[in-house]
Amino acid sequence: MNQELTDEEQAALKNIVSKLSTFEKQRGNLIPILQMIQEKIAYLPPETLKMVAEHLGILECEVYGVATFYNQFRFHPPGKHPIKVCLGTACHVRAGDIILENFERKLEISEGETTPDREFSIERVACVGCCALAPVAIIGETLHGNMAPSKVEGLLMRIEIEKEMAERKKQKNEPVQ
Amino acid sequence: MSPSNNEKLDQVFRPIREEAKRRRKAFREAQVPKIHIGMATCGIASGALETKKAFEETLAERNIEALIHPVGCIGHCYAEPIVIIDHPDSGFPPIFYHEVTAGKAQMLAKLFLEEGDPRFEHVLGATVENDLIPSVMEFSRFNQEKRVVMEKCGYIDPEDIYDYIAEGGYSALVKVLKLTPDKIIREVRNSGLRGRGGAGFPTGKKWELAMRAEGQIKMVICNADEGDPGAYMDRTILESNPHQVLEGMAICAHAVGANKAIVYVRAEYPLAVKIVTKAIQQAKELGLLGKGILGTTFDLEIDVFQGSGAFVCGEETALIRSIEGYRGMPRHRPPYPVEKGLWGLPTVINNVKTLATVPSILENGATWFRGIGTENSPGTAIFSVVGNVVHAGLVEIPMGVTLRTLIFDICGGILNKKKFRAVQIGGPSGGCLPADFLDTPIDFDSLTEAGAMMGSGGMVVMDEDTCMVDVAKYFLDFTQKESCGKCTFCRIGTHHLLRILERLTKGEGQDNDLEMLESLSEDIKTGSLCGLGKTAPNPVLTSLEYFRDEYEAHVKEKRCPALMCRPLIAYYFDLDLCARGCDACATCCPVEAVFTTSNRKKGVDQELCVKCGECVVACPPEYDAVRKVSPPDLVPVVERAPEKK
Repeated sequence: MNQELTDEEQAALKNIVSKLSTFEKQRGNLIPILQMIQEKIAYLPPETLKMVAEHLGILECEVYGVATFYNQFRFHPPGKHPIKVCLGTACHVRAGDIILENFERKLEISEGETTPDREFSIERVACVGCCALAPVAIIGETLHGNMAPSKVEGLLMRIEIEKEMAERKKQKNEPVQ
Repeated sequence: MSPSNNEKLDQVFRPIREEAKRRRKAFREAQVPKIHIGMATCGIASGALETKKAFEETLAERNIEALIHPVGCIGHCYAEPIVIIDHPDSGFPPIFYHEVTAGKAQMLAKLFLEEGDPRFEHVLGATVENDLIPSVMEFSRFNQEKRVVMEKCGYIDPEDIYDYIAEGGYSALVKVLKLTPDKIIREVRNSGLRGRGGAGFPTGKKWELAMRAEGQIKMVICNADEGDPGAYMDRTILESNPHQVLEGMAICAHAVGANKAIVYVRAEYPLAVKIVTKAIQQAKELGLLGKGILGTTFDLEIDVFQGSGAFVCGEETALIRSIEGYRGMPRHRPPYPVEKGLWGLPTVINNVKTLATVPSILENGATWFRGIGTENSPGTAIFSVVGNVVHAGLVEIPMGVTLRTLIFDICGGILNKKKFRAVQIGGPSGGCLPADFLDTPIDFDSLTEAGAMMGSGGMVVMDEDTCMVDVAKYFLDFTQKESCGKCTFCRIGTHHLLRILERLTKGEGQDNDLEMLESLSEDIKTGSLCGLGKTAPNPVLTSLEYFRDEYEAHVKEKRCPALMCRPLIAYYFDLDLCARGCDACATCCPVEAVFTTSNRKKGVDQELCVKCGECVVACPPEYDAVRKVSPPDLVPVVERAPEKK
């Protein structure tokens, strides 16, 4: 779990420190504080749990205990393209688990993990509320309905192609300078 | 309250109401087309944002004057994104359009708004009776519903408080502020309203207990921690009409004597959080919440608390623990939260739907409410009907309607003309009911008697291709993960239940597994403290009772009758139908399990196949050559073509 923090995350961490002081030192603020941290840095690095424990004057294991209890909190940094596969009841009946399996196979990670290059992460989510489009997967902000195993490959390929296009564009622009 | 105070109250509220009416009138009478777009989460998921953008761009580009009115969700998920276009100059009544993609939006803006052609092929129906276009009220999905809670959902802008007030909103609160708490509670009690969270506890009684509880400070909590993986009505209500919930909370707070309230919403519902927060702010600005509401001495502060996604927090004592900053574990009751709740204060916890029903009861009276639904379950029920059903979405019906009417008349029956197999009601706490129960009326008591329960209102319709063992396993997998771990029976018992079910779906079932499932289920029910553990075995028990033959097929024959459990099936190609040289299945196979035979037809490498069924979709309908069998050893042997040298 010990990832190196990126520069961006280091900056966010400083921001969190100043934000933390605006919260009153009450136990009831524990979950709102954890939510604030996750909103800023997208997951809960071990450093932050320690900070929260110190701020509220409780044991670090208490903070960890609460954070691990709730599904919302992540301890791994999400990928640049977080993939969420819906496994609500309607998606399950229409074989959402096969879609999840396909993403896992293609990216060679399991749900809840991030690829080593931090490009992709896979998560399973409960109903996203568009059961009429089941099975459903969300990549980044975009929802993809009526998913099929063969669509998985196409979607990942599209992201790959878009990335290559962006790089080529960048290369084209650079020599001009 | 004295008569003069009542007059003062009216004086404060009148200008607010008049302002709302003035705005409404100005909007209605503006001589330009109005475009209402459903913008709740489900609409956005289906592309409502792109639709809105397409309308805006086309309107600007072509210089068309029109008003875009973002509204909530009307619950017709099968037709999202839904748009209502009201174009008075065209001579047509307001029209519902379904599945309005960005392209359709551009076309409608050009052809309908500019040229006056409503494009009949995309019309769902008119919103009102008229001579030109059939009205949606002719469809049973519209006319058999009875909207009490969701009446305004999908017609008003959830981010505009005046829209709600113009529809009569907050007048129930004004009425209530003139009454004594006793009178309010009597009205709610007489209405027979039962908690919509699932258990069906009489709301009036809960309020009365809280009112009589000792303590100066009391709390009201709106429970919107909707965790059932197939129910989303609470979210829809909060996103489409948040003020109705806030009004219900204010009425409750006034009745029980509370000055602080909390809306507990799941953090997974970011739009609902945003809309509710904004609604509270707006209501405060108009003096409908906050200090000295409408010039009276009644104060009410409402905060939003974001729940972090633990199913068990739907249980009231667990919910309280999580607000207090601890792991959300339920505790023993009594003392009930109405005596000792959040921070030890008397606390009323009501579900979103319960609170959203309250204003209409106070507005129209208990007798009116009793006129809807059945004797013991008055009012309406909201279900999210999903699964293999034609018109999926949220349906609000009077209690007492039968399952058959709901599934076959209102929701259009089973998709692809398949046969009905079962309906799962109440999510992970509910049960699966077979076709024999289709004539069961929907109300708290009848459903419980049949072995299911009202629960959160999730309803999954399943066709003949659904395996009941697999469905039971799915729900058990969910509850097992969500068990908080406090009670041994729930923590370890559900784990073992799941292990047995997994064994069955893999064809490794043992002789006494079914008996073990039954006895273990009963033990978990007895040995658990809260509703999660007490109801977790329900999906297993009901499916075991009504679909025992399926379980037996899994155990004795290692066969899945519905051909759904993947370890128990195998795919192959019928070589009489498979077309020589066709490569459709081979190209789409994600694991390259399809090979070519010596006469250039296809075979499946059973070792590689992951049984995703993609080849079934890919095989052109003219050939339709893919077959499934269970148990897998029935699959015919097909030889690979010898490798060329």
